[in-house]
Amino acid sequence: MRLTCPLCGDRDRREFYYRGAAVALHRPAPDAGVAAWDDYVHLRDNPAGETRDLWHHEAGCGAWLVVTRHTVTHAVLEVALAQDEGAAG
Amino acid sequence: MRYSGFRVIKEALTGHKGWTPAWRDPEPQDHYDIVIIGGGGHGLATAYYLAKEFGQKKIAVLEKGWIGGGNVGRNTTIIRSNYLLNGNEPFYEFSLKLWEGLEQDFNYNAMVSQRGILNLIHSDAQRDAFIRRGNAMILNGADAELLSVDQIKARYPFLNVNDARFPIKGGLAQHRGGTVRHDAVAWGYARGADSRGVDIIQNCEVTGFRTRNGRCLGVETSRGFIGAGKVGCAVAGASSRLMAKAEMRLPLESHVLQAFVSEGLKPVLPGVITFGAGHFYCSQSDKGGLVFGGDLDGYNSYAQRGNLPVVEDVCEGGMAIFPMLGRARLLRMWGGIMDMSMDGSPIIDRTHIDGLYFNGGWCYGGFKATPASGFCFAHLLARDASHPMATAFRFDRFEKGLMIDEKGVGAQPNLH
Repeated sequence: MRLTCPLCGDRDRREFYYRGAAVALHRPAPDAGVAAWDDYVHLRDNPAGETRDLWHHEAGCGAWLVVTRHTVTHAVLEVALAQDEGAAG
Repeated sequence: MRYSGFRVIKEALTGHKGWTPAWRDPEPQDHYDIVIIGGGGHGLATAYYLAKEFGQKKIAVLEKGWIGGGNVGRNTTIIRSNYLLNGNEPFYEFSLKLWEGLEQDFNYNAMVSQRGILNLIHSDAQRDAFIRRGNAMILNGADAELLSVDQIKARYPFLNVNDARFPIKGGLAQHRGGTVRHDAVAWGYARGADSRGVDIIQNCEVTGFRTRNGRCLGVETSRGFIGAGKVGCAVAGASSRLMAKAEMRLPLESHVLQAFVSEGLKPVLPGVITFGAGHFYCSQSDKGGLVFGGDLDGYNSYAQRGNLPVVEDVCEGGMAIFPMLGRARLLRMWGGIMDMSMDGSPIIDRTHIDGLYFNGGWCYGGFKATPASGFCFAHLLARDASHPMATAFRFDRFEKGLMIDEKGVGAQPNLH
C-alpha cells in the first residue's frame, strides 16, 4: 500500500505511522462526562467499507494526515492534511 | 457413530461403507431456545458445551459460509496459558486444561500435541519480566520453567546464540503448551454438537436482529426469520459489522494478521519458539511445514490478505533466530481478520438488549481460547451469569478503567 502525502507526494506505507480512526479530531470537552469520553477513547464504528483514519508521516514531513480508505479493497480514496480538516486541537 | 481404533479396522475390512457424514445439513426451524451466530471454533464450542454440559435443547449455529472457514482455519495453531494478569491467566489455564482432555471428551482426533512453547529472552529487563510472568503462571496453577542458554542450546542446537544482533540470554518455557490441528477443532466440536441435536446451518447469513421492547426475539437471515429465546454472537473479525445491526458500537477494531507456512521439511523444530526481540513465532506442523507469523499489518482492514512490509518484517525476525530458515521456501501465506479490542483482552458479556449476548475481542489469541471461550459463553447463555473464569471480560471494564492490558500500551488496538 502507498499513500500520497499532500506535501511529499506518493510514498511507501512504511514511512507512515497509523493512529486509528480519525476521531481524535473531535476530542470531547474536559467536562463532557464519562459517557462522551468512553465513546471517544474506546468505541469505534470499525466499518467494512470506507473509513477515515489518522496517519502520521513519521519518516517524511511529519504532517498528520486524514486518509479516506476502503477497508475491504485497501483502496486509498483521499489523503488530506489533518490541519485542514478542522481539527479541534 | 463413535470413532475408535476398532472402528477403523472394521471399516477397513468392510470397504469403508459404514462411515456416515460427521454432521447433518438440516433446514432451519422456526424457533430455537438458543441461536449462536458464527460457526467458527468459538461458536461451535459454545453449542457443544450448551448441549453437553448445560443440558440445553433446541440449539442452532448459524454460519454465513461454511463452518471453520474463518480464523479457526487461519491461525498458527498454538495453545498456551502464559499470561500475566489476573483476569486472563486463570481463564487461559482453564482453556489449556480443557485442551488436555478435549479429544477424549468429543471423541475426535484433534492432534493435540503438547510439544512445549519457549519464549526467548534477550535482555536483563526481559528476563525480569518473564520471571514475573512465570511466577504469575505458577500461582494460577499453570507450569512455567526458566531455562538457561545451555539448556536452550541442548534442546534447540540450531538457534543463533553466538553472533546475533539480539543474543539469546535464556527463555521461559511452558512445557504443557503446544499445537493442535486447527480444522479438526471446528470439525470435532461440530460433530459433537450435531450428535447432541444441535442444528448447524451453513450458508445462512444473519442480516438483522428482531427486537421488541428491548428484547431480542430472533434473527433475520438470508434463509428467513429464525426466532430465538436467546441469541449469542461469536463472529470474531465481523463483530462490529454484526453488532451494528443491533445499533451497538464496540470497543474493537478489525485488523488483518498474516501467517505463513514453508515447504515441508524433515523434523527440525520440536516445539513452539517465539522471538523476544521482534515479533516472530514458529512451530513445525506434522506435515513438515514451518508455520510462523508475526505482527498485525497495523491498520484497520477487512481484507483477508496482507501487505508486503509485514512479510519482510516477519521473515527478518525468523532469520534473526533461525538462520537455517533462509534455505526454506515459503509455500503459502494468508490473512485473517482479528477483532482487536481496546485493551487486548476479550469480552464475554450480555448486551443492552435482553436475550442478546456477545463473545468477541479475541485479538490474535482466539484459537488457544476456543474451549474455555465456548464453555464460559455457554455458561453465560444457559445460566445468565458469568462463568467464574470469565468475570473480568465485561463490556463496562472500559468505561470503568478496569482494563486487562497485558502489554500496558493503552487503548490502541494495533499495539496489542
